[in-house]
Amino acid sequence: MITMPLVDNFFINILFAIAALIGIALSIRSSLVFWYSSSNQQKTLIDQINALLPQTQCGQCSFEGCLPYARAIARGGAINQCPPGGEATIIRLAHLLNDYPEPLNSAHGSIEPTKIAFIREAECIGCTKCIQACPVDAIIGGAKLMHTVIASECTGCDLCVAPCPVDCIDMLALPAQNPWQWQLPTELQSTAAARR
Amino acid sequence: MSSTNFLHLPRQQLRRRKIFGGIKPAPHKAASLRSRIMPMPLPPQLILPINQYHGTNSSPLVKVGDAVLKYQALTEKLDHTGAALHAPTSGRITAICSAPIAGHPDNAALCIHLQCDGDDNSLELQPCLNHDQLTGFEVLRKIDAAGIVGMGGAGFPTAHKLRLAIEHGTELLIINAAECEPYISTDEALLRERAREVVIGAELLRTACHAPRCVIAIEEDKPAAIAALRSALAHSPIELMLLHSTYPTGGEKQIVQAVTGLEVPVGQYPLNLGILLHNAGTAYAVYQAVAEGKPSISRIITLTGRALQTPKNFEALIGTPVAFLLKLCGVQEQHHLTTVMGGSLMGLQLAHTEAPVTKTTNCLIAATVEDFPQPEPELACIRCGFCAEVCPARLLPQQLYSFARTHNHTQLQSYGLDDCIECGACAYVCPSNIPLVQYYVAAKQELRTLSVAREQSEHWQTRFQFHQYRTKQEKDSARERRIPTALSPVELLPTDSSPITSVQFSRQLAQQEIADAVARANAKRSSRLATDTQMPQHPAKDKE
Repeated sequence: MITMPLVDNFFINILFAIAALIGIALSIRSSLVFWYSSSNQQKTLIDQINALLPQTQCGQCSFEGCLPYARAIARGGAINQCPPGGEATIIRLAHLLNDYPEPLNSAHGSIEPTKIAFIREAECIGCTKCIQACPVDAIIGGAKLMHTVIASECTGCDLCVAPCPVDCIDMLALPAQNPWQWQLPTELQSTAAARR
Repeated sequence: MSSTNFLHLPRQQLRRRKIFGGIKPAPHKAASLRSRIMPMPLPPQLILPINQYHGTNSSPLVKVGDAVLKYQALTEKLDHTGAALHAPTSGRITAICSAPIAGHPDNAALCIHLQCDGDDNSLELQPCLNHDQLTGFEVLRKIDAAGIVGMGGAGFPTAHKLRLAIEHGTELLIINAAECEPYISTDEALLRERAREVVIGAELLRTACHAPRCVIAIEEDKPAAIAALRSALAHSPIELMLLHSTYPTGGEKQIVQAVTGLEVPVGQYPLNLGILLHNAGTAYAVYQAVAEGKPSISRIITLTGRALQTPKNFEALIGTPVAFLLKLCGVQEQHHLTTVMGGSLMGLQLAHTEAPVTKTTNCLIAATVEDFPQPEPELACIRCGFCAEVCPARLLPQQLYSFARTHNHTQLQSYGLDDCIECGACAYVCPSNIPLVQYYVAAKQELRTLSVAREQSEHWQTRFQFHQYRTKQEKDSARERRIPTALSPVELLPTDSSPITSVQFSRQLAQQEIADAVARANAKRSSRLATDTQMPQHPAKDKE
């Protein structure tokens, strides 16, 4: 039979008591922290996902805007349905959700360079249908008057093209802002070789 | 206004200190210091970028075909980040168009092309003989009119920097003559020959920013310049401080640490500590602008490198094509491998030598294979930690390297990539020959692109939310307008003299409808009961 070592020393008893108290306090604290952080996380997961989406509100993901898609992802939906976000968004979403990144679902479109809408103003009849379709109010114009797109506000969502009855809206590629950018040296082998 | 902890630093405490890390590369300065600062013959054409550095904002004052005189203003600044540009010589404007500038082949900027006529006719200059009696404001105005930008490399407009310094309150003005980077010898040559002018410039700068103290900081391995400075400073309140010759002592935050021992906090500038920094070249330009009345049209440039027969320092006109300067020094084309603008560690490789000299160009290296030997192939990082030992910003370069390779943006930011000054000390000591700085520059650019995209998407999100709010508002107001028009049986209402609110209205209407419906149902039921009692064998008929 195992006998408990008899602890006579008063100080050791005190130490045991302090250890027990600290243990209880820590366990309460950790459970509190866990409860607090988990409730917080639940609240902000949709926001976190939404912050990673490009906010073009194009609806190519089959949801009506980025926030509904973020809600769907938070409920466990596929993360590879956002063509404007491209690969980078999928990787970031996978990183956030601790998931594996998958290639973009081609049913929702393909990755293309950013474009913005341009109205051929001579052909516009002023029907205001594109104005109603624009999710970010980037088109200005009145009924039976010419419309035009505010280029700096256009997300390139493509939603104004279909409603136009006279087909006067083009999606044009943006001119490159900065033609040349620094690149990681691994992608620069040829340049490095040329420099030698 | 000034929230500095430097304010109460006693006078004795200003002693030189060592910077964190740093390296001691071979200086390579002797070749270009063999000759005096040389004046330059007029080139046939000058190419003057309207924006002398990426931040300035200026617009041209001349048009194509105009004849201009030397010192005539060519551009005016649009806001405080701009600096005026003056004609370096007389001639005719042949074009204002996009032209290649230093850097990558695709780099181009709007430039004024000035065809020199060779006469060098100039406007009348107004020298100021009593410059030591000018007030700070007058000095500032003259500096502003002369279009002086920082000659050290960043090219921040000097007048704007002084204005910020006055706002913050300056306790110490440091004239940076450290010039720690290999190959560059402009400040050393300048101080060796024109120390008196630089000291007057420093005094004028001190007047302009109202700093009680001024220190000229120079590395101790420049004896000729130090001797000249000592004699120029004989009767001046300006102090001289000799710094350890370590690269990169001349960096903005590093020289503050070397002189005062204070560290500039992350995301702040020396101005936040009450310290103003100016380059020795800037001080000379200030002397020229205030005392001689000359706008900033030239600067001292080191031409060096083994491909040049006679390396030297030139007082070159702004806008001179690089190729012209190289030819003056006898460039040997068969050995000429590449041209670098700036020093060997932070310089920029030039894609073509037609690019012009700007106000921030301090050095041109016409390099041979001996200067820049073929880089060894890049090997894997062995985590030796040499880079962390030499990093002047006290970062962990090897960690940043691995995060840059894996595009780990959060970690890059938390490991302080933004504090990297791109000095190249880490790459210099790396035994695996990893071009570390390029990784950092690329990663910085990635982060910048990312933050721009994030800002854009946030903007779109707010617009979308407003759009939703607006459409909802429109719908609601449309419905409110519809309710009274669709249901307008005013005569149905009980006559009441008091005004009826819409809530009361709808409630009364609903009660009325309910009462009607109940009455109809009762009537139906009673009639059905009557038919049921008559014909109980056909209940189905009722449903029709």
